[in-house]
Amino acid sequence: MNRIKEIFFRLRNEPMGIFGLVLVLLVVLCAVFAPFLVTHDPNALDIVNRLAGPSSDHWMGTDQLGRDVFSRVVMGSRIAVWVALVTVSLSLGIGLVLGMMAGYGPKWMDSGLLLLFDTLRSFPTIMFALALVTVFGPSLQTVIIVIVATTFPVYGRMVRTQTQALAGNEFIVAEEAMGAGMMRVLGVHILPNIVGPLFIVASMDIPVVITIEAGLSFLGVGVRPPTPSWGAILNDGYAYIRNTPWIIIFGGIPLIVTTLGFTFLGESMRDMFDPKLRKDL
Amino acid sequence: MLFYLLKRVGLAVVIVVVAVVLLYSMIHVVPGDPASVMLGPRATPEMKQEIYERMGLDRPFVVQVASFLGNVARGNLGMDFFSERPVAEIVFKQLDETLVLVLASISWAMLLGIPLGCYSAVFRNRFSDKLVGVFSIGVIAVPSFVVALYSLLFFAVTLKWLPAIGAGESGQFLDQVQHLILPAFAIGLGWVGYIARLVRASMLEVLNENHIRRARAFGLPETTIVFHYALKLAILPTVTLLGTGIGRLISSAVFAEIVFARPGIGKLIFDSVVSRNYPLVMGAVLVSTVLFVLSTTISDSINAMLDPRVRERL
Repeated sequence: MNRIKEIFFRLRNEPMGIFGLVLVLLVVLCAVFAPFLVTHDPNALDIVNRLAGPSSDHWMGTDQLGRDVFSRVVMGSRIAVWVALVTVSLSLGIGLVLGMMAGYGPKWMDSGLLLLFDTLRSFPTIMFALALVTVFGPSLQTVIIVIVATTFPVYGRMVRTQTQALAGNEFIVAEEAMGAGMMRVLGVHILPNIVGPLFIVASMDIPVVITIEAGLSFLGVGVRPPTPSWGAILNDGYAYIRNTPWIIIFGGIPLIVTTLGFTFLGESMRDMFDPKLRKDL
Repeated sequence: MLFYLLKRVGLAVVIVVVAVVLLYSMIHVVPGDPASVMLGPRATPEMKQEIYERMGLDRPFVVQVASFLGNVARGNLGMDFFSERPVAEIVFKQLDETLVLVLASISWAMLLGIPLGCYSAVFRNRFSDKLVGVFSIGVIAVPSFVVALYSLLFFAVTLKWLPAIGAGESGQFLDQVQHLILPAFAIGLGWVGYIARLVRASMLEVLNENHIRRARAFGLPETTIVFHYALKLAILPTVTLLGTGIGRLISSAVFAEIVFARPGIGKLIFDSVVSRNYPLVMGAVLVSTVLFVLSTTISDSINAMLDPRVRERL
């Protein structure tokens, strides 16, 4: 609790951080209370009113099937926040375990895991995603697999380096001399020391993850219709860009707001809590 | 240094081999079998058998991988069944288009990002520096495909200043340049922010060094100090950033090529995914991966040449 208080206390002097926090809260609240905020059923078809402009009934107009764009945008925030939470937690978990194993385990394990990390990082994300989609078919699960597979190696490498740096410290050597096993050394002594900076890096990855999900859904290989996703809304708008520009305009705004919010907040948090990562920016 | 280079190149080769094996193995996890997926539900057993034989899927898995690796090493990426042309020929033709786009994007980003970074460093902590900082983070955060869509909407569809789709008539240079502007803008915008931030950070370090103080003491004009002496050193991290950033650049190019309906490797992969053309997907992903591994190897080697500490980390 004190930690949260400290964050808010220090955030007071960071206008960019406050701005980011407000945007993030807006998106998260929107995702949590989405069912109460929508004005229409986001998947309800109304062919008579298709491609209608913004009005008092449809604040952001309607798409090619007459669905209310505002309601779809609001519900889309759920997909974005959910995918971000699930993928970042999974990547963090896998990266932590494998990274600590590489950093503390025997040399052969280190070399093997490092090769795995470097190989997975060598695929350009979207290309890798498209290749996986050919195999598994487009779905939310494929999106999650792609994002986790391309982000966990980054955490893994980072955890490995930090574990190696810590493993040589006197307090770890002393602990080992007293007979502590690998699980105790890693779980009780190394983990608490590396988890802080890792969370900051993970929080800065949230906008990247949301962008990948929206990007894949925009390409039509992500979340399946009729599930409302910001990328899918942009895809709908792209097909009708010449006659109905509002779908693209309103579909892009939440994506910009979310990525800006998380980036501004993440940058401020990093500057506040990890000056080593800051490089005087 | 030679030892480092050998080790680094060796690692790159191993990574590419593992990547090839991974990509090839993917075909074997396809639900159903690849031949049915490619040919659709109406495929006859004879047609399936032909695809199996031509793709070599009737042989043991290890033999298939080994023969695929051998072919890749000789530059043979297989045949495209639909157009009956070699995959390598199709991919490399499209790669040129993508490289032109990527090069154009990064060039304008550097032209704007480097002076912005220098300006920020020289006027450190002033209001304008903070403004550049917020601008940089802002453009980094906005997804490039949203920039592509918005620029298509405003500059091509609404204002009609620039052409919306295609890469222009071949042979007509001006037309091609016009078609290049919007996609290059969309890809490069985020990079302006990256480069400005990086140049500012390394410039601040360099400006505090003794040789710069000495130049100041000699009374050299500030512009000469910044652009002639400091920038030469401060630009190095940017050059290495480009090496590791090529993967992200290629990913952004996929979106720009699709939004602006431009030919290129991104569009090629996307179209092949839609038509389930496995050999083409594999060939194109492989080429872009090799390109990425190659550029990170080069940038790591340059880094190691400049900073001996990097050599020890491998």
